[in-house]
Formats: sequence, C-alpha cells, structure tokens
Amino acid sequence: MVEVIFIWIAAGLTLAIFSFLYKDNPFYKVAEHIYVGSAAAFWFLYLWFFDVEPKILGPFKEVFHKYGFSGMWAHFGAEQWILFIPIFLSICMLLRFIPPTAWLSRWAIAFTVGMAAGLGVTGALQGYIIPQTQATLLPLWTGNPLTSFNNLIIVIATLATLFYFFFSKEHKGVLGVFSRIGITFIMIAFGASFGYTVMARVSLLIGRIHFLLFEWLSSFFH
Amino acid sequence: MREFFERISKIDRRIIYLIVLVGVTIPLLTRKGFEFKPLPEVKNAYNFIENLPEGSNVLISIDYDAASMPELQPLLEVMLRHLFRNNLKVIMMGHWPLGLPLGQIALEKIAKEMDKKYGYDYVFLGYRPGIAAVMLNMGKEIRMVFDVDYKGVPLDSLPMMREVHNYDDIALLIGFEAGSVGDFWVQFAQARFGQKIILTSTAVVTPDLYPYYQAGQIVGLIGGLRGAADYEILVKRKGFAYTGMTAQTVIHVIIIALILLGNIGYFALRRMR
Repeated sequence: MVEVIFIWIAAGLTLAIFSFLYKDNPFYKVAEHIYVGSAAAFWFLYLWFFDVEPKILGPFKEVFHKYGFSGMWAHFGAEQWILFIPIFLSICMLLRFIPPTAWLSRWAIAFTVGMAAGLGVTGALQGYIIPQTQATLLPLWTGNPLTSFNNLIIVIATLATLFYFFFSKEHKGVLGVFSRIGITFIMIAFGASFGYTVMARVSLLIGRIHFLLFEWLSSFFH
Repeated sequence: MREFFERISKIDRRIIYLIVLVGVTIPLLTRKGFEFKPLPEVKNAYNFIENLPEGSNVLISIDYDAASMPELQPLLEVMLRHLFRNNLKVIMMGHWPLGLPLGQIALEKIAKEMDKKYGYDYVFLGYRPGIAAVMLNMGKEIRMVFDVDYKGVPLDSLPMMREVHNYDDIALLIGFEAGSVGDFWVQFAQARFGQKIILTSTAVVTPDLYPYYQAGQIVGLIGGLRGAADYEILVKRKGFAYTGMTAQTVIHVIIIALILLGNIGYFALRRMR
C-alpha cells in the first residue's frame, strides 16, 4: 500500500513537471519547489552525517565523553588539533554573511582556489595533456587501410584544430586553409555532442513514460 | 502552397511534443526490439569483467542522481548482476550525495536476488566530500577517507575489507558518470595509480570520455541508453534499455523528419520571396 502511495506521488510530480511543456502553471511551480527543497535538505543531511559528524565532531566527541569539557583540552592529540585549521577556515567562510568581517572569507576561498589549482594543473598534465598528446602520435600507415585512415583523421583534426586557435598570425594562406579545416572538425564535434545530448534527453523521457505506463498505470489494476 | 510551407517551417512546439509522446509510448507498449551488434568499447568492458579472477574487488562509484536515473540505473543493475554472477566483490561509494541512495537501492536489491552477504560479498561506503582529495587519499589508504562504512561500522570489522587498503587491492573501478567526476577518476586514479577503469555515462557526457578510451586510459566505455542496451545483450538479459532503444530510434527518425521538414519549408519560402 505504501509503495502505491509513493508511486502516485511520483506520478503526480512527473505530470506536474511535464505540464510546463504546455505552459507555466502552479502545479509545475509546486513540483519545482518540492524538488529544490528536498534536494537541499538531502544535501544537508548527507554533508552532516557523512562529513561534519564523523570527520569534524567525531574525534572531539570521543575525548569529550572520556574527560569532560574541562579535561578534554589536555588530552587532545594531533588528530584533534589539526581539525582546528578546517574549523577556522569554515568559520571564515561563514563570516561572508556578516559585512564587516566578510573579508575574512577570502582566506578560506584562497585556500580552496590554491588547492584546486594545484590539483587541477597536475591532474590535467598527468592525466590529460600528456596521455592525449601521446595518443595523437599515431603511425599514418599501419598495414590496415581503415585503421590508417582513422589515424590520419585524428592527426589532421588535432593539428587543424590547434591551428584554428593560433591567433598570433592572421588566418590567411596555408594557415587559413588549416584553420578552416579545424573549424570544420570543431563543428563535427559539436554536432556529435548535440546528437548525444538529444539521445540523453529522449532517454530521460523514455524512463518517465515507462514509469507512468508500467508502474503508475499498472497500479490501477492491483 | 506558401501557406503549407509556412506551416511546416513553424510547427507549434506542442504538436511536436505530442508526436514525440506518441513516438515513445507506442514502442514501449509493443515491447519490440531491434537487433543490433554491441559496440566494441562496450564489448571490451564486458570482456574485462569476464576475465577478472573470482573474488576480485570491484569499486563502483555512483556519480549521478535521479535526473540521470533512466540512463544509468538499469545498467547499474545489469552490471551488479554480472559482477555477482562472476563471484566478484563489490565496494560501492559515490561523489553525488543525491544519487547514492539509488546505488544503495540497486546494490541491496541485486545482492538479495543473488544471495550475497553484506561485509563478505559487498560493502557500501557512502559519501565523503572533496572529489580529488578523496581519490588521492584512497590511493594511499582507503581508511584515510572511509574509516567506517555508511552505518559507522569500522572497515576492519568487515571481512572483505580487511585486505583492501588502496587501488592495488582493487582490480577494477567502474564509474557511473553524469558529470565530470569521470575525468577526475582518470586523472587521479588511473594516471597516478594505474587503476583499471571502466566508465559508464549518460549520453551527454559520453563524447567527452571517448578520448580517454581512444588513448587507452580506460578499458571500456558504456555510453547512454545505447551502451546499456549493448550490455544487456552481452549478459543475455534484455530489459528496459533494450526496449527503450526502439523508442529512442523512433524518436530519432521523428527528429530527423522534423529537421528536414523545417529546412524544406525554410528554403521553399526563401525561393518564393
């Protein structure tokens, strides 16, 4: 019975969202707000129970239960002291909401930007640029005409696309020809990407229609 | 004549929606499927799993949420059945908190169906924030990130996790991707630690992941509903993805026809002017 109720709620919300295809209406708005609200609550719960509670509060709780508030400070180890750094940065981030102290949030932002940039640069070099460059250094004749043709396309497309983004010289003559080939390959890539996007959106529609037909409508007969 | 061309070049979007609705509904009701050959990248993924020795650990990362459920959830269930059928051990975690319950639902459903035991055949670790930091620390020691499972049980209390410390103890990582987490897995787990990876993704993300497959950075790629349908064919268990592909094909034909109609109308009107 409970399952049937949930199926009806899900079907109602699905139809409410689909109603936007006709025009904006209160049913759509209600469904949209329910989604945003429940997603935000879900995020909060997950961050609390999988992060704040076990990673920040957990190590303090243990010492607090053993020695009490006044005694715990003397028994803090490296595990507890190091947590004051993220706690301090978190407080700095929250101070953004208080205008006179908002500037302190820059410290926390600077830390995150620095860390993300460091990880991003090394990750991109090691995991993307170098392996992808290696993968482009392909033999133009492999003995198999189809593979050779594939390799030729990869090499020409990569070089031509790079030429298109070379702005130090006007795109005329040989450079102009190459950059035009480059933009053609970029357009083909956009087309492929768009085709896949259409496929993805249709898949979502198929999923919802499948749910309405085989779960919601079939619940009428149970 | 002019009126006709004007009409076909400006069809009301609501009529298009109705045509699409009918185009999806009829194939789903008839439940007929087309015959097609699985793509090589999907076959590679399947063969890699087939060749894993029994008892190997497979890490599954849930990096999608309800919005991508129709594309990835059926595939997750089929892959879990395949993994359990081959007596492989499953460790599930994720970087998208909103999607983790979907992973957990599928894991518990299939484990029950295949008579697998929690802690012995599969574990669910849950979520930790900080995508790159999580991946890098897991390369050193999983306990640095997940010292307990989602219920708070210490990892060492779970028999199958006692010998699992880092990527060296994980034979394969399967990422279910609806965003950019797949790139992070390749950049941090594969490039730095040599982790074998299969990426499964929504169709939107798939074109961005093909370069990794072409470069040999991932061992297999299963993209969108088509990839899921291919996998269903390979494991000989045709389901939602396979029948969904008929609807998908019908819609593609409708879209192509509408694009052609719009263009015919546009060019005919231009010539008349």
